[in-house]
Formats: sequence, C-alpha cells, structure tokens
Amino acid sequence: MVDNNAPAGGIVLSRLSKSYGQVHAVRSIDLTIAPGETVALLGPNGAGKTTTIDMILGLTHPDAGTVSVFGRPPAAAVRAGWVGGMLQTGSLLEHLKVRELVTLMASYYPHPLPVADVMRLTGADEFAGQLTTKLSGGQAQRVRFASALVGNPDLLVLDEPTAGIDVAGRHEFWQAMRAVAGQGKTVLFATHYLEEADAYADRIVLIAHGQIIADGPATEIKARAGARMIRATLPGIDLAALGALPGVVSADRHGDAVLLSCSDADTALRALLASFPAARDIEVRGGSLEEAFLELTADEETADAVNVHATAGAVAAGGTR
Amino acid sequence: MSTATHFKYEIVRTFRNRIFYAVTLALPLVLFYAIATGQRSATQDGVSFPLYFMTAMAVYGAMFAAVSPGARLARDRSGGWTRQQRITPLRARTDIAAKVVTAYLIALPSVVLVFLAGVSLGVRLDATQWLELGGLLLAGLTPFIALGIVLGYLLSVDALTPAIGGVVVLFALVGGVYGFQLAHSGPLFDVMKAIPSYWLVQAGKTAFGGGSWPAQGWIVIAAWTAVLVGAATLAYRRSAVRG
Repeated sequence: MVDNNAPAGGIVLSRLSKSYGQVHAVRSIDLTIAPGETVALLGPNGAGKTTTIDMILGLTHPDAGTVSVFGRPPAAAVRAGWVGGMLQTGSLLEHLKVRELVTLMASYYPHPLPVADVMRLTGADEFAGQLTTKLSGGQAQRVRFASALVGNPDLLVLDEPTAGIDVAGRHEFWQAMRAVAGQGKTVLFATHYLEEADAYADRIVLIAHGQIIADGPATEIKARAGARMIRATLPGIDLAALGALPGVVSADRHGDAVLLSCSDADTALRALLASFPAARDIEVRGGSLEEAFLELTADEETADAVNVHATAGAVAAGGTR
Repeated sequence: MSTATHFKYEIVRTFRNRIFYAVTLALPLVLFYAIATGQRSATQDGVSFPLYFMTAMAVYGAMFAAVSPGARLARDRSGGWTRQQRITPLRARTDIAAKVVTAYLIALPSVVLVFLAGVSLGVRLDATQWLELGGLLLAGLTPFIALGIVLGYLLSVDALTPAIGGVVVLFALVGGVYGFQLAHSGPLFDVMKAIPSYWLVQAGKTAFGGGSWPAQGWIVIAAWTAVLVGAATLAYRRSAVRG
C-alpha cells in the first residue's frame, strides 16, 4: 500500500458516502492517494466517479465520511490554491478570449505558471485570440486543461478529460499531461477507457456502483481485468478443440468467427496457427472494460454485483455488433 | 494572487456584450424623447415634466443596469462556469464586488446620457443639484443590484430573463417611472412610499428643491438593501453546494 505518513498527507477519503434519493452514488469509499501519484478512477458511466471527484473538490458534501486534501478539508485546500480541476461539464466563461481566460485563471492562484508556457504546452496558443464561445469541442477541452494547469496546483483533478475529443486530440492531451505529471504533481483522473487508465496512471482504482472493486498498479489491474482476446475467421471448427489450446481460457463462436479469451495470448496465437492453419482475419486485442468488470465481479454474489454484471454484459453485447 | 485581474476581465466581459450595453443606453433615451418632447411645458408632481421624466428614465436605465450582473451570474452558473470558479481560490465576495462595479459602470453612462437629453429639452439645474441627483440615483441602486444577484443565484437563464424584465417593470410602474403616479394618497400611496424605485424617481424633485431624501427614503433604500443582501447570501449558500 501507499505510504501515508508523508507530512503533506496526500488525498485521504475515509468511508465516503453520498446518495441522491434512492440512488447510492458512492458507498463507503476508502482511498488514499500519496503525493506525486497519478491515479486513474476507472469505471463505467454511473459508477460514482464524478460524485467522488465532486466531493474531493468540495463541490458536493458527503452524507457520511470525510475527505482530506493534503491534510485539510477540500474547501480550505481549494482556497489555498492547492487544487486545479477540469470538470466534465460546463461551458467556458463567455465574452473572453482564450488567452484572457487562462490569464484570469492564473490570477486566482498564489504561484501560477507563466501563461505563455501553459498555452504552448496545451496547444491553446494556436487559438489564443479566439473568443471562448467560438471554439470546437477539442479546442475548448484544451482551454479547460490550460485553465486547470495554469494555477500550478499540487493536486490536479480531471473528470473524463478526453470525453468528446478525437483520437489524435487524445494523444496530444496525454502527452501534455505526462509532462505535467512528471513535475511531481498528484493527479487523479476519471475515465471509462481502460487503455487510458493503463497507459497514463501509476495506479488504477476500479469503481462500480459506488464501490471500489479493485485497486492496484495499472499492470496488475490490467492483468486481472484485461484478458486478451483473439478473434479469427475459422468456419466449422469444434469449439472444444479451440478451448483446449494452450493459453486459451474459453472459446465462443459468432457465425464464422471464433472468439478466444486468453490468459496468454502469445502462446494461444502460436498454437492456433500451428493447429489451424486455415484461420484468417486474425485480431488480437485487449479485453474491454466491460469484460474486465465481468471478470472482476464474477465471484461477487450480492444483488448489486448481479446488476453490474447485467449492465456491463448488455453494454459489451451492444458494443460487439 | 490579484483581484485586479478579476475586476478587469469582469469589466471587459460586460463591455463585449455590446447588444445589451447598447440597448441599456438607448432604451431610456428613446423613451425620454418620445414622451417628453411633446410635454416640455407640462408639470408633473410639482416639477417640470421634462425634469420628472428625465429622472424617471435615468432610474429606468439604471435599474436595468443594476440587475444586469444577476443575468450574467445566471449564465455563468447555467454554463457550469461557477462550479469551475468555485474550485479556484477566488472568493465569491470578490466576484460579487466585481459584478457590483460593472453594474455601476453601465448605470453611470446611462444616467449621464439621459441627463444630457434632459438638458437638450430645457432641464436646467445647477452643478450641485446635478451631482446630488446623480448621487442619489446611484446610491439608490444598491437594492436592485442585490435583487439581480438573488435572482441570478436562484433562477435558470430561461426563467431569469422574463423574471428580471417583469420585476424591473413592476418596480418602475409602482415607482412612477412611466410618467404617472398610481396614487397620491391612501393605502396604495403608503405602499409606493415603501418601494425603493419611488424614492429614486423622487430624487429629481428633492434635488430640484436643493436637498436629499427625507429620512423615510433612506430607510426604505437601506432596509431593501439589507434584506436583499441577506437573501443574496442565502441564495449563494444554497447554490454553492449540490446536495
């Protein structure tokens, strides 16, 4: 586990709970983030990621439990200028140009970064003179990132920072993010992309139905969650024979295609090609987040776990069509 | 950390909203000339009609200017920017102070333009009287600024536009802004005298007579301001935290 004897204390959530009417958005979450860690809060929509983040930022009061940000309550940490955040929703302040908005955000903080540097790092300098209301979704997202960053906060909280950005934009965003995280900041970001969490976080906290269902180094979570899948076109083959191949956990058929869930995809692929040279259109890919949830919640027997199962299964089924 | 930047950009934002600014400046002028031109020699409420109506139209424009920060607040809030702002070290009172300053920056030129229009239709006051009149108008705006902020925190953008328009028109009507008084005695008159816009419109008369409001005028303005600032604080707390 993490060392939380550091004087700065990091971020500590203790038995944190929040309900909206009948909906238990967050159920007794315990989580400690050490200073300097980059942590991904990974989960499907409705898992409680945003509610958790809002409580860390002091935007929502917990029903029970506490949040401590570097040893202080969220509101005090925010007032001290220790926190920068990129919220999931929200338009930018209107009637301002991009550079003006970032300058304004910098002025709120005691030790801001140079505006020009942040504009360059985030790529917002390309449209610095545009009004905030005349930006594309990807541009607005860069401005939001620049706004969160320019105050030079110790904790950077990003709620689904790449939602609505195209693949190239995502890549650029994470490159900039990496440069920032390298400077010793504590970063917490929410995402529903396993690949993002895997590629950019030291540690993944998997959350579903308001509870933490797994917490560990990215590689470990991915190994537990992300069994790799091999898909190949291979008509008329006995599924049992495929399932018996080394490295294969289970086999499924979708028409002429077979889908192999693997514990060791390399071994399985070699065995598949050796035994079934007719196999073509071969694809190897990481398991989806939905498959990860099925995997991780498989042994839980509460009604809630069954619900997660059903929902995740439906999404996965929808996603493969 | 510097609050000067926040004030600066709050002002920049106000003046970039050109349509709003132009309408706020033009509407009272247009109404003033349309109605007062034909009644230059009439009298109203003991003073010349142009003086009465000039004051009334200055009040009208200034009231719209005063509630306008509330409209901006509602837009910032509905767009989600207030939440973003709330996770920065900026204090809400700095933001409110900046919005009050912008209200005065819109109200002041609006009042001056209407005064100039008054002069063009023959209104003559000496320098002290102009300053007294202008000073009373700006001092009497405080409850309306607070009212705008209350509405800005409580209402959605869709609800706010008609609400603000309706409230200003109602205060204008009861205060005698439209060139006639609803009553000169009786219970309705007592109600009017408890309304801040009544005293604003009366500022023309008091300044012409060389004085300020009677104590009752100051008490009404101060009481409305106190109540609405209290309400604005509650509204802020209510909107500050979800759930």
